[in-house]
Amino acid sequence: MGGPATQVPVVDYLVLDDGPPHLVAKRCDGCGATYLERRNACARCTARTFSPVRLPSTGRIESFTVVHRGAPKRVGPFVSVLVRLDDGAYVKANLVGVPPEASAVDCDVPVRVVTYPAGTDEDGTEAVAFGFAYDGGEG
Amino acid sequence: MNGDVWIIGTAMTPIRRHLDRDVLDLATEASLGALDDAGVTMPDLQVMAVGSQFEPFTFGQQVQKQIGQTGIPLYNVHNACATGATAVRSVLMEIKAGEADMGLALGVEQMTAGSPPYRVKPPPARRVFAPEGRDGHVVPTEGVLGTGQMFGVFAQTGTDYARRHDVVGFEQFAKVAEKNHAHSTLNPLAQYQRPYSLEEIMSAEMLAYPNTLPMCCPTGDGAAAVVLVSDARLRTLDPDVRRRAVKVSAAVMTTDPYDPSGFAHPDVNTLTRNAADQAYERAGLGPEDLDLVELHDCFATAELVHYDNLRLCAAGGAGEWIDRRSPWRDGELPVNVSGGLISKGHPIGATGVANLYEVATHLRGEAGDRQIEGARVGLTHVIGLGSACVVHILERAAG
Repeated sequence: MGGPATQVPVVDYLVLDDGPPHLVAKRCDGCGATYLERRNACARCTARTFSPVRLPSTGRIESFTVVHRGAPKRVGPFVSVLVRLDDGAYVKANLVGVPPEASAVDCDVPVRVVTYPAGTDEDGTEAVAFGFAYDGGEG
Repeated sequence: MNGDVWIIGTAMTPIRRHLDRDVLDLATEASLGALDDAGVTMPDLQVMAVGSQFEPFTFGQQVQKQIGQTGIPLYNVHNACATGATAVRSVLMEIKAGEADMGLALGVEQMTAGSPPYRVKPPPARRVFAPEGRDGHVVPTEGVLGTGQMFGVFAQTGTDYARRHDVVGFEQFAKVAEKNHAHSTLNPLAQYQRPYSLEEIMSAEMLAYPNTLPMCCPTGDGAAAVVLVSDARLRTLDPDVRRRAVKVSAAVMTTDPYDPSGFAHPDVNTLTRNAADQAYERAGLGPEDLDLVELHDCFATAELVHYDNLRLCAAGGAGEWIDRRSPWRDGELPVNVSGGLISKGHPIGATGVANLYEVATHLRGEAGDRQIEGARVGLTHVIGLGSACVVHILERAAG
């Protein structure tokens, strides 16, 4: 095929090609509940139509763990966090830019979405993942 | 009282890595054990339910072909870790509906010896990114978008509780495992039967902070069964069966209601609180009436949050409650005197029946070395992630 290597997001709700990388949710047209994955109907109000909505890129950590056993080899021990974004939506991802230690996690410090490469396929396409970093930190 | 349902027979296998027995051997031992305990046989039953998370197809009918083919209706049930309890409910509802007056509920799982969940797909010949699934992922998301592994998920449930409440940290979670491993030293059916010191638990391999290896349930094989009857049928049975009968005072099932966080991280709290509150109301009892509790301690972090969810401790006070040793077998309200899932073991389909075996055995005064003296009322709780929760309240027969 040739041509320059391209990038794809690791999941389809991460948008790379419309300004700074950000997350886009499906917002229920009935009640405003937001979802990250493809939907058939709303779990909250049962409405059946949705519209895209850009999510804020900042939030706070609600819970975390540091996974050692079963971590993918190329990742190694990692910090998993549940983040409540500033609009109330919840996202789970890795906390990046910190050592994989419980003492490195501070639920009081704001975090923001950052992106990083997560592998390349045999066509040279790069998968781009998102994670969270302490606001004002690297990334 | 009209409309009550009673347990008149119960049995469970030891939980082990039963490498020399197959899943039908385990199912048969528990089923026939429960029937023998009740003094009844397959022709006495009008309904049967068989819970297994991993056995495919019409597995329950394979069990019938070992213990008795009488042509009765049978439900094959799976509901994650609530599978066994869901099988019990299937029989209970048939009795309450008047379709049956006696039935058998079995829960069984063989998790070792190459059972289905451990089959792996061969890797594709050529690796080219292509979106898959409802999130359009192009690489496996575990370790990239946080964790979905069970010990990690329940670890986050624990750190969420610790963030919101005082006196909860690594040590309080570890104390849960210290207690359950101590309790199982008295239970010959438990997979582990040796004590672990708090220091040993806290310095063991970390699987996902704050859960170390001895704070996580093992995989194992086992089965448990109960025979249920209606009030009317109980009255026709021998005095000795009636004397040992245990009343099911509440049987409540809930699923997880909508919560905005639930799609990113399962909420195991709300449905447990809902189930507990409904169960207390139906039984006309409260947490202060309980003599023992078997709750779903798949991980030490889970047990701690369920002290609060089941209203066993003061709101927000789970850390202080374990620090006071309240849930130890000689404490204020014994929790998981069987050793719990952490130490007794957790063959998934069997678990929601094995906890009824444990509580019923105490209420009958037949728990041997681990008997909680004078136990009259007990509560069981399971939660299957996804999620389903079942809470039962059991009472000893009057007199």
